[in-house]
Amino acid sequence: MLGYVGRRLLQLIPVFFGATFLIYFMVFSLPGDPIAALFGERPPPDSVIAAIRAEYNLDEPFIVQYFLYVGGILTGDLGTTYSGRPVEDLLAQAFPITFRLAMLALFFEAVAGILVGLIAGLRKGKLFDASALVVSLLLISVPTFVLGFILQYVFAIQLGLFRTTVGPGAPIQDLILPAIVLASVSFAYIVRLTRASVADNVGADFVRTATAKGLSRPRVVTVHVLRNSLIPVVTFLGVDIGSLMVGAIVTEGIFNINGVGGTVFRAITLGEGPTVVSFVAVMVIIYMLANLLVDLLYATLDPRIRYVK
Amino acid sequence: MIGNQAMTSPQSSSDRAAAAPLLEIKNLEVGFKTQRGFIPAVEGVSMRLEAGQTLAIVGESGSGKSTTAQAIIDLLPGAGKVTGGQILFEGRDLTTLAPKEMQAVRGNLIGYVPQDPMSNLNPVWNIGFQVEEAIRANGVAKGKAARARTIEVLQQAGLADAEVRLKQYPHQFSGGMRQRVLIGIGLSSRPKLLIADEPTSALDVTVQRKILDHIETLTRDYGTSVLFITHDLGLAVERADQLVVMYKGKVVESGRSVDILANPLHPYTQKLVAAAPNLASRRIQSARRPESTRKLDIASIGSVDDRMMAKADARDSGPSENLVTVDDITKIYRIRRGGFKTDELKAVDGVSFTMPRGTTTAIVGESGSGKSTVAKLMLQLETITSGSIRFDGQDVAKLKGADLLKFRRRVQPVFQDPYGSLDPVYSVGNTISEPLRAHGIGDKKSRSARVYELLEQVALPASTVNRYPNELSGGQRQRIAIARALALKPDVLVLDEAVSALDVLVQGQVLELLTDLQAELELTYLFITHDLAVVRLIADTVCVMQSGKIVERATTDEVFDNPREEYTRTLLEAIPGAHFEFGR
Repeated sequence: MLGYVGRRLLQLIPVFFGATFLIYFMVFSLPGDPIAALFGERPPPDSVIAAIRAEYNLDEPFIVQYFLYVGGILTGDLGTTYSGRPVEDLLAQAFPITFRLAMLALFFEAVAGILVGLIAGLRKGKLFDASALVVSLLLISVPTFVLGFILQYVFAIQLGLFRTTVGPGAPIQDLILPAIVLASVSFAYIVRLTRASVADNVGADFVRTATAKGLSRPRVVTVHVLRNSLIPVVTFLGVDIGSLMVGAIVTEGIFNINGVGGTVFRAITLGEGPTVVSFVAVMVIIYMLANLLVDLLYATLDPRIRYVK
Repeated sequence: MIGNQAMTSPQSSSDRAAAAPLLEIKNLEVGFKTQRGFIPAVEGVSMRLEAGQTLAIVGESGSGKSTTAQAIIDLLPGAGKVTGGQILFEGRDLTTLAPKEMQAVRGNLIGYVPQDPMSNLNPVWNIGFQVEEAIRANGVAKGKAARARTIEVLQQAGLADAEVRLKQYPHQFSGGMRQRVLIGIGLSSRPKLLIADEPTSALDVTVQRKILDHIETLTRDYGTSVLFITHDLGLAVERADQLVVMYKGKVVESGRSVDILANPLHPYTQKLVAAAPNLASRRIQSARRPESTRKLDIASIGSVDDRMMAKADARDSGPSENLVTVDDITKIYRIRRGGFKTDELKAVDGVSFTMPRGTTTAIVGESGSGKSTVAKLMLQLETITSGSIRFDGQDVAKLKGADLLKFRRRVQPVFQDPYGSLDPVYSVGNTISEPLRAHGIGDKKSRSARVYELLEQVALPASTVNRYPNELSGGQRQRIAIARALALKPDVLVLDEAVSALDVLVQGQVLELLTDLQAELELTYLFITHDLAVVRLIADTVCVMQSGKIVERATTDEVFDNPREEYTRTLLEAIPGAHFEFGR
């Protein structure tokens, strides 16, 4: 087991270099001159431009720029933005907020999604099931920003239950509403996935045998139906951690959250290579760790899966 | 036993408990709600089971036998409902119990052993957990005592190293072991009644025998009554005192099992007795010995086997060349053990035999004996590790390109599961004509004509062409699989457990069809099966396989009449009903 985890962690190294190289190359290939964009209508004297280009190694060939950047990472220097702010600062500011938002959303979608899906699956074809299917279809088809504005208007502006936008430091109570919006689509998928899986398992032979043993209905459902049904759901949740971390641009915009999505978006438009690459690298690592976690959880849920030593 | 007059007088309740049967089903009606309305599955079924006795319900699939059993402990699948009648267990009507009361009956008073050991244990919980759960739920023991009782139950179930194996998961157990665990669970709280729903139909004959002996010993020790549900007449005769024969949801015959089988009154029971291959194997034997024709009375109705016998006799005379020669073949699988280590598994070990044209060679053995691997090697679906298979003079391992395609055209497979081997979204016509299209034979018109010709050969109506597999029964599907295999006019059919999944009556029809086709088209069959009784009906020569080797190879009669090997004798002994004496 430990050996397996170790090997998976070692795999992070080539993936890290591959991902950073590709992203760096893409940012490098973006059209437009970042320095010109920095100054707008009135370009500064050529000497100033030359100085800035030299400072950021912009005149070097791509491959040299990349290795200078990687060298910086290995010595703990992630570079600076064109406005002179160290990239570490940006990471330290944006990631905790996004991380909290994503975890809260994950919590909502997992708990509510599995619960609703379980009940719908057990009552397949009944009213609850039909309603759950309609609601989940609605959530999947309505764009996030529409749902975001509706919830913001109803719960924050009309009912005054939440603040309309997230305040400084992004306290948890301000993140509840955005987390619900962020979780909505995945919630709908989890409801459907759990429902289908539960409905399948309820008819399984071993569930009938468990009932024949004299077990109570709640025990049969939790011990023999739910655990087996969670296996596909867990896979989905793992992949979703990644998309929650990066896919929050719209939600962050609506609720004015200073998180990862917005920061990366601005960095891309400004052509700030080091910022984009650093953020993406962190995302890649999070994504891979989440997947490792899912694989381990998977083996715990399903003993038939065992990793080769 | 004592009659049930006492039932009518409510005041003598103590008498009643002593006099009434343990289980009495009166005019039971069960139906299923479907989109096409309410479909009755069990209609007015009555039966009784005395304490300490064994009752078997026999019938083909769809006869309502399993539905009756499931109705007793209220485990009918979703749309099923008891619509009338009574199920009296110790005088209490089970159909009127509240869910909580029913829960107390299940496991505690009535144990249940399901059909398929592969799908009836939850794959994600270890064995110990699943046994202990039953023990706790029925209040047999608590805490540490429950663990001790779990070990005891598993030891009684025949798991010698129970303590070690508690932590293992179902997938680490063989089918027979899993069934032992399920029996252990069913009997863990010493119920008064054990319902065993086809407890061994998914197992090999030798394992089946052990499991049935085991059930018999335990229930005798505990004084448990047993309700067997089975499609196997031999098993019913051997294991049950009383027999109930069901057909299309109704009881057609009931009484002492020995009486019924020796003298079946209802036409359906007569058909069932005639078609049961395990009993038939005795009849063929008898037919060869004129002095024992007295015992033949149950076979006097013209059965499948008499006609087959005639054909077999006709065939015996014709000499023939060896179409296939299998010479010392070995197949080694490498099993990865992580890193660069591999384990070798010798699935087939030095097997040799020949198949003369127009004859049937049967390979018999338990699961894991390598018989299916031989089929795969014959079909060139796997590569041979060493040795050779010569087909019509050519070494099949060396065939490539067009020659290999030609070989595939001449050697066609029919697999075990008629549900899994037909594409559900292909119509019957498409399925049968697919090999023709794949090999680019004929045009649209001639292919369509060939499809109709094939349907006629396998005795299906021409209208079947536009139907889909899910609309057909298992027997019809297997006919289609055979038609597909015949489409290319092959010389050899490799039949891998081709009739094992079918009911006895359907099995008889398919075997008859195969024999007809063999005579008509001069086909050569390689017949892979675990069922010795079927072998007797269809094979000319038999190879008995054990752990990858052929331990005995002879003509069918020799193997059945004078088995040389101990292992062959064990296999023969294990056929349920093999020792049953007909007549009284």
